[in-house]
Amino acid sequence: MSKPDSSPLQRYLEHLKQGELAYQYSPAAGRPVFFPRVACPYTGNEDLEWRVSSGRGVVYATTTVHPASGDPYNVSLIDCREGFRMMSRVEGIPSSDVRIGMDVALRIIPQSGDEPPIPVFVPVEGRS
Amino acid sequence: MKGLVRANAAIVGVAESDLGAVAEGMSPIDLMAQGVYRALDDAGLNISDVDGIFAATSQVRLSALALSEYLNISPAYLNSTIVGGSSFMLHVAHAQAAIQQGLCEVAVIAYGSTQRTVGRKNASLREPNPYETPFKPFLPATAYALAASRHMFEFGTTREQLGAVAVAARDWALLNPKAWEKKPLTIDQVLSARMISHPLTVRDCCLVTDGGGAIVMTSRERAKTLKKPVVAVLGCGAAVTHNSISSMPDLVTTGAVQSGRDAYAMARLGPADIDAVEVYDAFTINTILFLEDLGFCPKGEGGRFVEGGRIAPGGSLPVNTNGGGLSYCHPGMYGIFLLIEAVRQVRGECGARQVKGCEVALAHGNGGVLSSQSTVILGAESTV
Repeated sequence: MSKPDSSPLQRYLEHLKQGELAYQYSPAAGRPVFFPRVACPYTGNEDLEWRVSSGRGVVYATTTVHPASGDPYNVSLIDCREGFRMMSRVEGIPSSDVRIGMDVALRIIPQSGDEPPIPVFVPVEGRS
Repeated sequence: MKGLVRANAAIVGVAESDLGAVAEGMSPIDLMAQGVYRALDDAGLNISDVDGIFAATSQVRLSALALSEYLNISPAYLNSTIVGGSSFMLHVAHAQAAIQQGLCEVAVIAYGSTQRTVGRKNASLREPNPYETPFKPFLPATAYALAASRHMFEFGTTREQLGAVAVAARDWALLNPKAWEKKPLTIDQVLSARMISHPLTVRDCCLVTDGGGAIVMTSRERAKTLKKPVVAVLGCGAAVTHNSISSMPDLVTTGAVQSGRDAYAMARLGPADIDAVEVYDAFTINTILFLEDLGFCPKGEGGRFVEGGRIAPGGSLPVNTNGGGLSYCHPGMYGIFLLIEAVRQVRGECGARQVKGCEVALAHGNGGVLSSQSTVILGAESTV
């Protein structure tokens, strides 16, 4: 296995810092790979391509977390249009209004301090 | 499971350690050792008979070494497979393999946890996942809540049906003197309890207790010479589908489909042959998922299946007869208690909660966030 220039996580975070949600695509398997890896989990090939997501997706599963202190917040699994699933949250509406099957679009938002930006989603206008 | 021979090995001793809230300063290994000595006593064996050590806990990195030191033995065979709460079902399978191959003759499988005393956050290593942690999932509850949301969406499962699982577990617990919970519970109380991660309230979630236990295994031939009736290992199966919930292929279908299928095939039995069902109920949705995936009802019917007291005492399918992780005890990796209860049901030792004529019991373990599924089918000598 050749030594990569940077880790899969570093590449992913660099894309986020540029306002992009990146994922990998395996030409050999003909399918996306997420979370990012050093090699394709379907073929073992190292020739994974980095691609940038369109940022469109659909809510696959959703919950509202009620912390012991502080406000409730959303956690969802999003099926991205390119065929990979990720954990994120849906913002812009009350968490209890988030529905499975809802069309959502990516927003990359900054975090406090040195934390890297994170990919969240908002409902697509005019659709629900 | 491939390579294992039906009814070649048997469980000959079982015991819980102290449960609930244990004495101050007790360690996980103290609890393991308590379990081991009590289980050996149950089997009519001595520590000098033991040449195989199996141990798992989230609190001690080298638990098999720590337990061997504590017991002052140098075992011929050691195993610390750790896949969460289903670890102990895999230990049973691996112990059978070791016994079958002559690597050891008498194996003990032990667990101990003081998570109530030390606090849940201090009971296991923090493992940030850069693709999940930023969204602050309250794990493991949030992962199971996501699965529940999907089950409700696809099959119309209701919060009341989830509540029925908690109520059935509580009704069984009221028949078990060792259970943590002592008061009745209603579906309304489940629904109106503090919300943790929607749709799961605190009453949809397992207890946070201390506790431990142990199992003694040997060949079935040797088991016939020991104190208690033979409880043969008829079938074992295991499957891993993912580690983190965002990588689970299908949130409403677990690896229990495969682990169950493999265990039934080895046992040459099916769901209709199981007298007592012990499944890992870390959350109410688990019971529904596992009843479906292990073939007790069709996929999607689990919610309707648990209504009307069907899995409660007096119902047509006895499920989680000790009161489960929801109402009996849950120190974090609960699988060993399912095996202990399954053995006691097959032996007929369960008193008020005994399933009449129980000859075959199924113990199904779950580890991680629906990640690791492992099934063990146990039977009386009459079923061999």
